[in-house]
Amino acid sequence: MPPFALCRFALTVVFLAACSIASEAQSAFAARTLVHKNAPEFVRTGLDHKRLDLNAYRGKVVLLNFWATWCAPCQVEMPTFVAWQNKYGQHGLQIVGISMDDDPALARAAYRKLKLNYPVAMGDVKLGDLYGGVLGLPMTFLIDRHGEIRAEFQGETDLNKIQSQLQSLLPSR
Amino acid sequence: MKYGRIPQLAMATGLGTLALLFGSLQCPAQYTPTSGPGSALSIPQAQLIQPEALNHLLQTKGTEKPLLLQIGSHLLFDEAHIPGSVYAGAGSQPAGLQQLQSTVATLSKKKAIVLYCGCCPWNRCPNLGPAFKQLQDMGFTNVKALYLADNLGTDWVAKGYPVERTH
Repeated sequence: MPPFALCRFALTVVFLAACSIASEAQSAFAARTLVHKNAPEFVRTGLDHKRLDLNAYRGKVVLLNFWATWCAPCQVEMPTFVAWQNKYGQHGLQIVGISMDDDPALARAAYRKLKLNYPVAMGDVKLGDLYGGVLGLPMTFLIDRHGEIRAEFQGETDLNKIQSQLQSLLPSR
Repeated sequence: MKYGRIPQLAMATGLGTLALLFGSLQCPAQYTPTSGPGSALSIPQAQLIQPEALNHLLQTKGTEKPLLLQIGSHLLFDEAHIPGSVYAGAGSQPAGLQQLQSTVATLSKKKAIVLYCGCCPWNRCPNLGPAFKQLQDMGFTNVKALYLADNLGTDWVAKGYPVERTH
Protein backbone atom coordinates (compact mmCIF):
# COMPACT_ATOMS: atom_id res chain seq x y z
CA MET A 1 0.00 0.00 0.00
CA PRO A 2 1.49 3.39 -0.98
CA PRO A 3 2.40 5.70 1.92
CA PHE A 4 -0.32 8.18 0.99
CA ALA A 5 -3.04 5.52 0.93
CA LEU A 6 -1.82 4.17 4.27
CA CYS A 7 -1.88 7.67 5.77
CA ARG A 8 -5.36 8.34 4.40
CA PHE A 9 -6.59 5.01 5.74
CA ALA A 10 -5.17 5.70 9.20
CA LEU A 11 -6.67 9.19 9.34
CA THR A 12 -10.03 7.87 8.20
CA VAL A 13 -9.99 5.20 10.89
CA VAL A 14 -9.14 7.79 13.56
CA PHE A 15 -11.87 10.13 12.34
CA LEU A 16 -14.51 7.40 12.22
CA ALA A 17 -13.48 6.14 15.65
CA ALA A 18 -13.98 9.64 17.08
CA CYS A 19 -17.42 9.83 15.48
CA SER A 20 -18.27 6.35 16.75
CA ILE A 21 -17.33 7.15 20.36
CA ALA A 22 -19.39 10.34 20.31
CA SER A 23 -22.43 8.64 18.83
CA GLU A 24 -22.19 5.64 21.15
CA ALA A 25 -22.23 7.89 24.22
CA GLN A 26 -25.35 9.59 22.92
CA SER A 27 -27.15 6.53 21.61
CA ALA A 28 -29.20 6.00 24.75
CA PHE A 29 -30.78 9.40 24.26
CA ALA A 30 -30.80 9.56 20.47
CA ALA A 31 -34.53 9.42 19.81
CA ARG A 32 -35.49 11.73 22.57
CA THR A 33 -38.83 13.12 21.51
CA LEU A 34 -41.79 10.78 21.90
CA VAL A 35 -44.42 13.10 20.47
CA HIS A 36 -46.73 11.29 18.03
CA LYS A 37 -45.59 7.93 19.37
CA ASN A 38 -47.50 5.56 21.59
CA ALA A 39 -46.91 6.23 25.25
CA PRO A 40 -44.64 3.51 26.64
CA GLU A 41 -46.65 1.27 28.89
CA PHE A 42 -45.71 0.63 32.49
CA VAL A 43 -47.17 -0.88 35.62
CA ARG A 44 -46.16 0.26 39.09
CA THR A 45 -47.48 0.12 42.62
CA GLY A 46 -48.68 3.56 43.59
CA LEU A 47 -47.89 5.40 46.80
CA ASP A 48 -51.45 4.47 47.81
CA HIS A 49 -50.40 0.79 47.39
CA LYS A 50 -52.80 0.37 44.48
CA ARG A 51 -51.81 -0.94 41.07
CA LEU A 52 -50.95 1.85 38.64
CA ASP A 53 -51.24 0.58 35.07
CA LEU A 54 -50.97 3.26 32.39
CA ASN A 55 -52.79 1.02 29.94
CA ALA A 56 -55.84 1.00 32.22
CA TYR A 57 -56.38 4.68 31.41
CA ARG A 58 -56.81 4.05 27.68
CA GLY A 59 -59.89 6.05 26.66
CA LYS A 60 -58.94 8.92 28.94
CA VAL A 61 -56.64 11.85 28.33
CA VAL A 62 -53.60 11.31 30.55
CA LEU A 63 -51.31 14.01 31.85
CA LEU A 64 -48.18 12.15 32.92
CA ASN A 65 -46.04 14.28 35.18
CA PHE A 66 -42.50 13.44 36.32
CA TRP A 67 -41.66 15.39 39.47
CA ALA A 68 -39.61 15.34 42.65
CA THR A 69 -39.77 16.98 46.05
CA TRP A 70 -36.50 18.87 45.40
CA CYS A 71 -37.89 20.35 42.17
CA ALA A 72 -39.27 23.81 42.94
CA PRO A 73 -41.12 24.29 39.63
CA CYS A 74 -42.80 20.92 40.24
CA GLN A 75 -44.20 22.16 43.55
CA VAL A 76 -45.65 25.16 41.73
CA GLU A 77 -47.39 22.98 39.14
CA MET A 78 -48.85 20.29 41.32
CA PRO A 79 -51.60 22.25 43.10
CA THR A 80 -52.82 23.25 39.65
CA PHE A 81 -52.82 19.61 38.58
CA VAL A 82 -54.98 18.83 41.63
CA ALA A 83 -57.40 21.54 40.51
CA TRP A 84 -57.43 20.20 36.95
CA GLN A 85 -58.14 16.67 38.18
CA ASN A 86 -61.14 18.07 40.04
CA LYS A 87 -62.30 20.19 37.13
CA TYR A 88 -61.67 17.90 34.16
CA GLY A 89 -61.70 14.46 35.77
CA GLN A 90 -65.37 13.93 35.00
CA HIS A 91 -64.67 14.86 31.38
CA GLY A 92 -62.03 12.20 30.91
CA LEU A 93 -58.78 13.63 32.28
CA GLN A 94 -56.54 11.44 34.38
CA ILE A 95 -53.40 12.89 35.88
CA VAL A 96 -50.62 10.45 36.79
CA GLY A 97 -47.55 11.43 38.77
CA ILE A 98 -44.15 9.76 38.79
CA SER A 99 -41.81 10.82 41.56
CA MET A 100 -38.13 10.79 40.69
CA ASP A 101 -37.09 11.19 44.30
CA ASP A 102 -34.34 8.94 45.62
CA ASP A 103 -36.24 8.46 48.88
CA PRO A 104 -39.87 7.26 48.65
CA ALA A 105 -40.55 8.63 52.13
CA LEU A 106 -40.07 12.16 50.83
CA ALA A 107 -42.50 11.50 47.99
CA ARG A 108 -45.07 10.02 50.37
CA ALA A 109 -44.83 13.05 52.65
CA ALA A 110 -45.35 15.40 49.70
CA TYR A 111 -48.22 13.24 48.44
CA ARG A 112 -50.01 13.76 51.75
CA LYS A 113 -49.02 17.40 52.21
CA LEU A 114 -50.13 18.44 48.74
CA LYS A 115 -53.30 16.33 49.03
CA LEU A 116 -52.72 14.86 45.60
CA ASN A 117 -55.96 13.50 44.18
CA TYR A 118 -54.35 11.43 41.44
CA PRO A 119 -52.19 8.31 41.49
CA VAL A 120 -48.47 8.65 42.03
CA ALA A 121 -45.77 5.99 41.78
CA MET A 122 -42.02 6.03 42.22
CA GLY A 123 -39.93 6.26 39.08
CA ASP A 124 -36.62 4.61 38.32
CA VAL A 125 -33.97 4.51 35.62
CA LYS A 126 -35.98 2.02 33.57
CA LEU A 127 -39.06 4.22 33.53
CA GLY A 128 -36.95 7.29 32.79
CA ASP A 129 -35.39 5.46 29.85
CA LEU A 130 -38.81 4.44 28.55
CA TYR A 131 -39.70 8.10 28.31
CA GLY A 132 -36.52 9.09 26.52
CA GLY A 133 -34.45 9.91 29.59
CA VAL A 134 -35.85 12.12 32.31
CA LEU A 135 -32.79 14.32 32.72
CA GLY A 136 -34.34 17.34 34.32
CA LEU A 137 -37.60 18.18 35.97
CA PRO A 138 -40.41 18.85 35.67
CA MET A 139 -41.25 16.81 32.61
CA THR A 140 -44.83 16.31 31.49
CA PHE A 141 -46.43 14.33 28.69
CA LEU A 142 -49.94 14.72 27.34
CA ILE A 143 -51.36 11.43 26.12
CA ASP A 144 -54.55 11.29 24.10
CA ARG A 145 -57.42 8.82 24.50
CA HIS A 146 -55.78 6.42 22.05
CA GLY A 147 -52.54 6.28 23.99
CA GLU A 148 -50.56 8.56 21.68
CA ILE A 149 -48.27 11.19 23.15
CA ARG A 150 -49.46 14.51 21.80
CA ALA A 151 -47.21 16.94 23.63
CA GLU A 152 -44.14 17.01 25.83
CA PHE A 153 -43.26 19.82 28.22
CA GLN A 154 -39.79 20.11 29.68
CA GLY A 155 -38.80 22.38 32.53
CA GLU A 156 -40.82 25.32 33.75
CA THR A 157 -43.77 25.64 31.41
CA ASP A 158 -46.61 28.11 31.15
CA LEU A 159 -49.48 26.17 32.70
CA ASN A 160 -51.94 27.97 30.43
CA LYS A 161 -50.19 26.34 27.49
CA ILE A 162 -50.58 22.87 29.00
CA GLN A 163 -54.20 23.56 29.93
CA SER A 164 -55.02 24.76 26.44
CA GLN A 165 -53.58 21.59 24.89
CA LEU A 166 -55.26 19.23 27.30
CA GLN A 167 -58.61 20.96 26.76
CA SER A 168 -58.22 20.40 23.04
CA LEU A 169 -57.85 16.67 23.65
CA LEU A 170 -60.89 16.34 25.89
CA PRO A 171 -64.26 15.66 24.31
CA SER A 172 -66.18 18.85 23.64
CA ARG A 173 -68.80 19.50 26.30
CA MET B 1 2.87 15.08 -6.89
CA LYS B 2 0.52 12.66 -5.27
CA TYR B 3 2.26 13.11 -1.90
CA GLY B 4 1.60 16.81 -2.18
CA ARG B 5 -2.00 16.08 -1.21
CA ILE B 6 -0.99 14.80 2.24
CA PRO B 7 -0.74 18.27 3.86
CA GLN B 8 -4.10 19.17 2.32
CA LEU B 9 -5.66 16.00 3.66
CA ALA B 10 -4.07 16.51 7.07
CA MET B 11 -5.40 20.05 7.17
CA ALA B 12 -8.87 18.93 6.11
CA THR B 13 -8.85 16.18 8.73
CA GLY B 14 -7.63 18.59 11.37
CA LEU B 15 -10.35 21.07 10.52
CA GLY B 16 -12.88 18.24 10.54
CA THR B 17 -11.72 17.15 13.97
CA LEU B 18 -11.90 20.74 15.25
CA ALA B 19 -15.39 21.04 13.82
CA LEU B 20 -16.31 17.82 15.57
CA LEU B 21 -14.96 19.10 18.87
CA PHE B 22 -16.32 22.61 18.68
CA GLY B 23 -19.23 22.21 16.32
CA SER B 24 -21.77 22.40 19.06
CA LEU B 25 -20.36 25.57 20.59
CA GLN B 26 -23.04 28.11 21.24
CA CYS B 27 -23.14 31.47 22.92
CA PRO B 28 -23.08 31.13 26.69
CA ALA B 29 -26.49 31.28 28.22
CA GLN B 30 -27.44 34.60 29.70
CA TYR B 31 -26.83 34.74 33.40
CA THR B 32 -27.84 37.62 35.59
CA PRO B 33 -26.82 36.85 39.14
CA THR B 34 -29.03 38.00 41.93
CA SER B 35 -28.74 37.51 45.64
CA GLY B 36 -30.20 34.43 47.24
CA PRO B 37 -28.44 32.61 50.04
CA GLY B 38 -28.35 28.89 49.45
CA SER B 39 -29.45 29.15 45.83
CA ALA B 40 -27.32 28.60 42.77
CA LEU B 41 -27.67 32.33 42.16
CA SER B 42 -25.41 32.93 45.17
CA ILE B 43 -22.45 31.43 43.32
CA PRO B 44 -20.26 34.20 41.86
CA GLN B 45 -20.28 34.37 38.09
CA ALA B 46 -16.48 34.07 38.05
CA GLN B 47 -16.85 30.63 39.59
CA LEU B 48 -19.09 29.32 36.84
CA ILE B 49 -17.91 27.18 33.97
CA GLN B 50 -19.97 26.88 30.81
CA PRO B 51 -20.76 23.42 29.36
CA GLU B 52 -18.76 23.95 26.18
CA ALA B 53 -15.72 25.07 28.17
CA LEU B 54 -15.90 22.05 30.46
CA ASN B 55 -16.37 19.68 27.56
CA HIS B 56 -13.37 21.22 25.81
CA LEU B 57 -11.32 20.86 28.97
CA LEU B 58 -12.31 17.23 29.38
CA GLN B 59 -11.57 16.41 25.74
CA THR B 60 -8.20 18.14 25.64
CA LYS B 61 -5.40 15.67 26.12
CA GLY B 62 -2.54 16.54 28.42
CA THR B 63 -4.48 18.88 30.68
CA GLU B 64 -5.13 18.20 34.33
CA LYS B 65 -8.75 17.22 34.73
CA PRO B 66 -10.87 18.57 37.56
CA LEU B 67 -12.71 16.30 39.93
CA LEU B 68 -16.33 16.25 38.75
CA LEU B 69 -18.91 15.92 41.49
CA GLN B 70 -22.63 15.50 40.84
CA ILE B 71 -24.42 16.86 43.87
CA GLY B 72 -28.07 16.38 42.87
CA SER B 73 -30.38 13.42 42.43
CA HIS B 74 -28.86 9.94 42.56
CA LEU B 75 -31.56 8.64 40.22
CA LEU B 76 -30.74 11.26 37.62
CA PHE B 77 -27.03 10.44 38.10
CA ASP B 78 -27.81 6.79 37.36
CA GLU B 79 -29.69 7.81 34.22
CA ALA B 80 -26.86 9.91 32.86
CA HIS B 81 -23.79 11.69 34.13
CA ILE B 82 -20.65 13.27 32.80
CA PRO B 83 -18.01 10.56 32.33
CA GLY B 84 -15.64 10.30 35.24
CA SER B 85 -17.89 12.16 37.63
CA VAL B 86 -18.68 10.96 41.11
CA TYR B 87 -21.98 11.12 42.93
CA ALA B 88 -21.38 13.12 46.10
CA GLY B 89 -24.82 13.49 47.70
CA ALA B 90 -27.66 15.96 47.24
CA GLY B 91 -26.52 19.42 48.31
CA SER B 92 -29.97 20.31 49.59
CA GLN B 93 -29.95 17.53 52.17
CA PRO B 94 -27.85 17.42 55.37
CA ALA B 95 -26.96 13.80 54.61
CA GLY B 96 -25.88 14.85 51.13
CA LEU B 97 -23.60 17.56 52.46
CA GLN B 98 -22.05 15.01 54.82
CA GLN B 99 -21.43 12.72 51.86
CA LEU B 100 -19.83 15.61 49.98
CA GLN B 101 -17.62 16.36 52.97
CA SER B 102 -16.48 12.73 53.11
CA THR B 103 -15.86 12.63 49.37
CA VAL B 104 -13.41 15.52 49.44
CA ALA B 105 -12.00 15.00 52.94
CA THR B 106 -8.59 13.76 51.87
CA LEU B 107 -8.10 16.08 48.89
CA SER B 108 -5.75 19.03 48.67
CA LYS B 109 -7.57 22.30 49.23
CA LYS B 110 -6.12 23.43 45.89
CA LYS B 111 -7.68 20.53 43.98
CA ALA B 112 -9.69 21.68 40.97
CA ILE B 113 -13.30 20.65 41.53
CA VAL B 114 -16.33 21.17 39.31
CA LEU B 115 -19.76 20.76 40.89
CA TYR B 116 -22.79 20.11 38.78
CA CYS B 117 -26.43 19.18 39.22
CA GLY B 118 -28.76 19.85 36.28
CA CYS B 119 -31.86 18.65 38.10
CA CYS B 120 -33.90 21.70 37.20
CA PRO B 121 -33.52 25.28 35.95
CA TRP B 122 -30.43 27.04 37.33
CA ASN B 123 -32.31 29.61 39.37
CA ARG B 124 -34.38 26.82 40.94
CA CYS B 125 -31.60 24.38 41.78
CA PRO B 126 -31.62 23.62 45.52
CA ASN B 127 -28.36 21.67 45.51
CA LEU B 128 -25.59 23.75 43.99
CA GLY B 129 -25.62 26.71 46.38
CA PRO B 130 -25.28 24.68 49.59
CA ALA B 131 -22.70 22.32 48.05
CA PHE B 132 -20.60 25.22 46.77
CA LYS B 133 -20.74 26.93 50.16
CA GLN B 134 -19.78 23.68 51.88
CA LEU B 135 -16.59 23.41 49.85
CA GLN B 136 -15.78 27.07 50.38
CA ASP B 137 -16.26 26.67 54.12
CA MET B 138 -13.92 23.68 54.04
CA GLY B 139 -11.25 25.88 52.47
CA PHE B 140 -11.28 24.67 48.88
CA THR B 141 -9.98 27.44 46.66
CA ASN B 142 -10.43 26.06 43.16
CA VAL B 143 -14.11 25.16 42.92
CA LYS B 144 -16.33 25.91 39.97
CA ALA B 145 -19.97 25.17 39.26
CA LEU B 146 -21.13 23.95 35.86
CA TYR B 147 -23.74 26.37 34.55
CA LEU B 148 -26.63 24.30 33.20
CA ALA B 149 -29.34 26.82 32.39
CA ASP B 150 -32.24 24.37 32.17
CA ASN B 151 -31.04 20.89 33.07
CA LEU B 152 -28.48 18.23 32.21
CA GLY B 153 -30.62 16.87 29.38
CA THR B 154 -31.02 20.17 27.56
CA ASP B 155 -27.68 21.79 28.27
CA TRP B 156 -25.32 18.82 28.13
CA VAL B 157 -26.83 15.66 26.63
CA ALA B 158 -28.80 17.35 23.83
CA LYS B 159 -25.67 19.26 22.81
CA GLY B 160 -23.93 15.99 22.09
CA TYR B 161 -21.47 16.10 24.96
CA PRO B 162 -20.46 12.70 26.31
CA VAL B 163 -22.42 10.94 29.01
CA GLU B 164 -22.24 7.62 30.74
CA ARG B 165 -24.74 5.65 32.76
CA THR B 166 -24.56 3.72 35.98
CA HIS B 167 -26.78 0.89 34.74
